[in-house]
Amino acid sequence: MLQDLYQEVILDHSKRPRNFHQMPDATRRVEGYNPLCGDKLALFVKLDGDTIQDISFVGAGCAISTSSASLMTETVKGKSRQEAVQMMERFHDLLTTDKPPAANLGKLAVFSGVREFPVRVKCATLAWHTLKSALTSAEEVVSTE
Amino acid sequence: MGLAIKTWQDQASREHFPLLDQRVHGKALVYLDNAATTQKPQMVLDAMNQFYQMDNSNIHRGVHELSERSTRHYEEARVKLQRFINAGDWREIIFVRGVTEGINLVAYTYGRRHVQAGDEIVISAMEHHSNIVPWQILCEEKQAILRIAPINQRGELLLDEYEKLLGPRTKLVSMVHVSNALGTINPVAEITRIAHQHGVPVFIDGAQAVAHMKVDVQALDCDFYSLSGHKMFGPTGIGVLYGKADLLNKMPPYQGGGDMIRSVSFAKTTYNDLPYKFEAGTPNIAGTIGLGAAVDYIDEIGLDRIQTYEHDLLAYGTAQLERIPGLRLIGTAREKASVLSFVLEGVHPHDVGTILDREGVAVRTGHHCAQPVLEWFGVPATTRASLAFYNTKADIDALVAGIHKVKEIFA
Repeated sequence: MLQDLYQEVILDHSKRPRNFHQMPDATRRVEGYNPLCGDKLALFVKLDGDTIQDISFVGAGCAISTSSASLMTETVKGKSRQEAVQMMERFHDLLTTDKPPAANLGKLAVFSGVREFPVRVKCATLAWHTLKSALTSAEEVVSTE
Repeated sequence: MGLAIKTWQDQASREHFPLLDQRVHGKALVYLDNAATTQKPQMVLDAMNQFYQMDNSNIHRGVHELSERSTRHYEEARVKLQRFINAGDWREIIFVRGVTEGINLVAYTYGRRHVQAGDEIVISAMEHHSNIVPWQILCEEKQAILRIAPINQRGELLLDEYEKLLGPRTKLVSMVHVSNALGTINPVAEITRIAHQHGVPVFIDGAQAVAHMKVDVQALDCDFYSLSGHKMFGPTGIGVLYGKADLLNKMPPYQGGGDMIRSVSFAKTTYNDLPYKFEAGTPNIAGTIGLGAAVDYIDEIGLDRIQTYEHDLLAYGTAQLERIPGLRLIGTAREKASVLSFVLEGVHPHDVGTILDREGVAVRTGHHCAQPVLEWFGVPATTRASLAFYNTKADIDALVAGIHKVKEIFA
């Protein structure tokens, strides 16, 4: 159902994305790109030890990818790396499996409708893949002054 | 014949294309993705079925009845294609997988032989990736330079600027006949005439042209022309490269293998004559026969009628879309065919595409394998509705209603 995909929260975050700005003092800056559709985002993460102290993004994409990035930044801010990766796994399960949604997904549960639109799963996961590479891959680290 | 346009057109879509008569997501299918691929009439499906059920055999080698039949049908298809684009000689029709292979064939044979360091190849700013990347690969290998002829805000080629790019180092011009992203019809006869004044041969990518207008390669005087069967109601995986015989004869083979040789020994191999020199290996026989049937089908409907009908339908679609607030058409050339590419303020094309799909309307969203031209227009992606003669004003109305639904959801 279209209404399940384009829920109010998703439309709201796509029109007014939160944490939507550059971050000059980010410890990591990673670009996510979906070559099939051209969706592009740059993710900024400020790490304090193991904690995601701050996170933001800029970019252009569809409602699903923009709102997913926006809600992701809200969700993982203040979390540890491990918690963020676990959240990503739960989110991925929500989109791609029939398992009952994990209880602690919070607002991310609004994306459950994406499961019925398989071609849109990649839109919803772009920001999360970018975050994963920001948290795990050393060579994509860009230190900005 | 002699029927009112609406009548033959309605009949064609109802009876000839079984696929169109279905529902998706509970809605009647409205297929507006013809620039990606067209649907296949029953006649084409029957021809391919007949081949596999009755005639299947390899060509050009067996002495038995089936092989004789397959060979005859395969070669008859070549003559149909020759007539379809009015090539002077059947030997100038090379069967390839599609335009992408046609371009690569010329890049790897003609290009590699004639292009040296510092030489130039000229394309336009509205090319599909398939008419960009093969030349980039060639230019990288040869240290040659790719020149891009610019376009205006409507998406029309600037002929004067194009001509300025031609010089003593220009070795080839390669341009699209009809742009898949914008619908622009390029003045390919004029493009060719200008190039020839500079002694430069011309390749025309006809992928988006041949289902919509009569093409006469002798009148255009282009040196190469290529088409894809699946964009003209034929099957996928088959297309044509036309080349002037004197050029083709001087080109080295593209791929080596069976059928393209006259004799083989470990000391020396001699190549077959045209067109077989460029058709190594067992070809797509069923596809070729299907493509021949597609030509028969188009002949039966008549390209003149198709062109007139589509011209009106495009004008109707343009007028309807222009009335939608916040909608911007991308590609508004004065000479245009088949394509309605647009962006909707505040809504990404992917979301437009998903919502239209749920309304039964199939469109393409994204960059249409033409990223540079969309970048030029300052948009990362568009929604593209593309027409074939089986589309109707009712299809356009369904598209417009779907766009209003999009606006409702994103209000």
